[in-house]
Amino acid sequence: MAHDHDSSSARPAVLDRVRPAELPRPSLVLNDRGFHWITDKVCGIVEEPTPRWWKVTFLVALFVASFTGVGLAYLVSTGTGTWGLRAPVGWGWAIVNFVFWIGIGHAGTLISAILCLLRQKWRTSINRAAEAMTIFAVMCAGIFPLFHVGRVWFAWWLFPLPNQNAIWPQFRSPLEWDVFAVSTYFTVSALFWYMGMIPDLGAIRDRARTWWRKAFYSLLAMGWRGGNRQWSNFEMAYLLLAGLSTPLVLSVHTIVSFDFAVSNVPGWHTTIFPPYFVAGAIFSGFAMVLTLMLPLRAVYRLHDVISQYHVDNMCKIILATGTMVGYAYATEFFIAAYSGNPYEKFAFINRAFGQYAWAYWIMVSCNVITPQLFWFRKVRENHSLVWIICLFVNVGMWFERFVITITSLANDYLPSSWGYYSPTIVDIFTFFGTFGFFSVLFLLFVRFLPLLPMAEVKMVTPQANPHAH
Amino acid sequence: MNERNERIFGVSCTFRRPSDVYRAAEEVRDAGWTRWDVHTPYPIHGLDQAMGLPRSSLPRLTLLGGVTGFIIGCLLTWYMNSYDYPLIVGGKPFWSVIYPFPVLYECTILFAAFGTFFGQFVFNRLPRHHHPLFDLPQFARVSDDTFMVVLEARDPQFRLDDARGFLQSLGGQEITVIRD
Repeated sequence: MAHDHDSSSARPAVLDRVRPAELPRPSLVLNDRGFHWITDKVCGIVEEPTPRWWKVTFLVALFVASFTGVGLAYLVSTGTGTWGLRAPVGWGWAIVNFVFWIGIGHAGTLISAILCLLRQKWRTSINRAAEAMTIFAVMCAGIFPLFHVGRVWFAWWLFPLPNQNAIWPQFRSPLEWDVFAVSTYFTVSALFWYMGMIPDLGAIRDRARTWWRKAFYSLLAMGWRGGNRQWSNFEMAYLLLAGLSTPLVLSVHTIVSFDFAVSNVPGWHTTIFPPYFVAGAIFSGFAMVLTLMLPLRAVYRLHDVISQYHVDNMCKIILATGTMVGYAYATEFFIAAYSGNPYEKFAFINRAFGQYAWAYWIMVSCNVITPQLFWFRKVRENHSLVWIICLFVNVGMWFERFVITITSLANDYLPSSWGYYSPTIVDIFTFFGTFGFFSVLFLLFVRFLPLLPMAEVKMVTPQANPHAH
Repeated sequence: MNERNERIFGVSCTFRRPSDVYRAAEEVRDAGWTRWDVHTPYPIHGLDQAMGLPRSSLPRLTLLGGVTGFIIGCLLTWYMNSYDYPLIVGGKPFWSVIYPFPVLYECTILFAAFGTFFGQFVFNRLPRHHHPLFDLPQFARVSDDTFMVVLEARDPQFRLDDARGFLQSLGGQEITVIRD
C-alpha cells in the first residue's frame, strides 16, 4: 500500500519528441467495478448466512484435525518411540513436516512484503488470504518441533526463561536460532496481517446490523476512522513492516536451512542451502496460495478481482522458482562431484539411485518437470489443471524435505550404521491431521474476517486516482 | 451561532469522487486550517501533499525499536552464555557478536516491528472506540465509497456559519454539524 511518490512531474523532454506508445497496463479489477461493489462483495462474504458448503467443509476439517489430536495424545502419553525415529535416523517426518509447513508460509510474506516493496499492484487481491495462510502454516509447523522435544511440558525451556535447573539456552546452536527465527516470524506476520486488516474491519463494523457483530468488529477495528492523518501513519507503518518482513522472511528459511547446513552430515553440509531453501519455500507457498484461492474464487465469484492476470503471475512465479529449485538440484550434484569428498559424492548418488530413489524421483518429477507446463498459456488458463499441478508441487516439495532429511541420515559414513527409516501410523496421523487444523483456521478466517483487502483493492481501481477526471 | 460552541465537534460534508475531495483538501489547506481531516475509504494517492501533511515520523520509532532489539539481543546472549553460565561449545568464544548473530538479527526485527506496530496506534491515537464522528449516519459510508471533509471546532478560525458556508463553496454535500 506504499505510496509511490509522484513520478509524472519529472517528465524528460525527450518524451515529447518521440511520443512513446502508451502500453496498456492490465486492469486489476475487471468490468469497471466500483468501490461499493468491492465493499459489498467482500463484506457480503462475512455477512451472508453461513453457506452449506462451509458447514460441511468445516466439519470435515475438524474431523481431519482430530487425527493430529489423536496422534499427539498417543505420542505424549507413550513417548517419542511411537514415531518412526531410531538410529541412525533421529530426525524423521517431524522435521520434514516442520520445514514443509514453514515453507508454505513464505509465499504469504513474499506477496505481502516483497511484492509490496516491488510495487506489484496485482498482489492486493490475494494478499490478505496469503498472509492468513502464512500464519496458519507457521502454527502447523510449530506443532512438530514442539512435540519433538519429547517432554512437551518442558518445551518452554527453548525460550530464554529462568528455570529450576539454572541453565540457559545455548545460542551457538542453529536449533536455538530457529526458535528465535520462527517465533519472530510468527509474531511479525501476525502483527502485519492484523494491522493491514484494521481499515477493512472498520468497513465491516460500519455495515453491521446486529449488536454482537457491531461489538465484535468494533473491538477489532480499534476505532479506525479512515482520516487521512491516520492513513498517513498507517501507510508508513505498512511500508515499514513490509521492509522489516522482507529480510525476516529471507532469514527464516535461511536459518531453517542452517539446522541442516551447520551440521557435518554429507548432503547437508552445503552453502547452497539458504538460497535453495528460500526459493523452494516460495515455490511451494505459491502453489498453496493457488490451491486455496482457485476454489475460493469459484465459490465466491471473485473473477473480477482475481483475474486470469493474477493466476498467470502466480503460475509464472511457480515456474521461475521451480526452475531455480531444479537448478539447485543440479548444482548440488555438480558440487558433490567436484568436492573430491567420497562421502559427499556417495550421498548424492545414493539419493538418486539408492534405497530412497523412489522419493528422489517423485521430488524431481513434481518439482522440476510439472511446473514447466506453466510455459504454456493454455495450461495457465485451464484452472483445474493449474490446481492439479499445484498439488503436485506441494507433494514434490514435501518429498524434497523428506529426501534431504532421510537419505543423508540413513546412509551417512559407516555402512555398519546404515538403516532404513519408515514412519509409523502415529507419524502419518499427526501429519495428516495438520491439513485439517490448517483448514479449520482458514475456514474460520474466510467466514469471519475480510478475505480481500478492500481498501487496497479500491486503491488499484482506475477511479481511485484523484487526477483521472 | 457565531460564537464558538464547545459542545460542537465540527462540521462535515461529503464528496462522491476522489478528484473532488482532493481539490477541496487543497482549498482547505490554502485557507490555513489546522484542525481538520479528510476521511476516505482508502488512502488517496497524493492526498498528504494536498492536505499539507508532513511525512509521518513513525520511522523514528521503528529505528528506536530496532536499536533496542539489537541491544536486548546482545545483553540476553551475553548474560546467558557468557556471564551467568559460561559454556564452552565448539571452541567458540564465550560471547562474540558473530555466533549469536541470527538471534540478534531476529531480535532487531522483532522489536523494530513492535515499534512500528504500536507506534502506529500511538500516533493515530487508537484504540478509541467512541468518537463524535461515529454518531453521523453518513460516516458509515466513508469506509465504503464516500469521502468526507471534517472541519473541527478546535481550529482557531472555526466559526460555525463560516465553516458551513466554506464547505458549501467547496461543493460538499450533506453538510452536517457534529455534536460532541
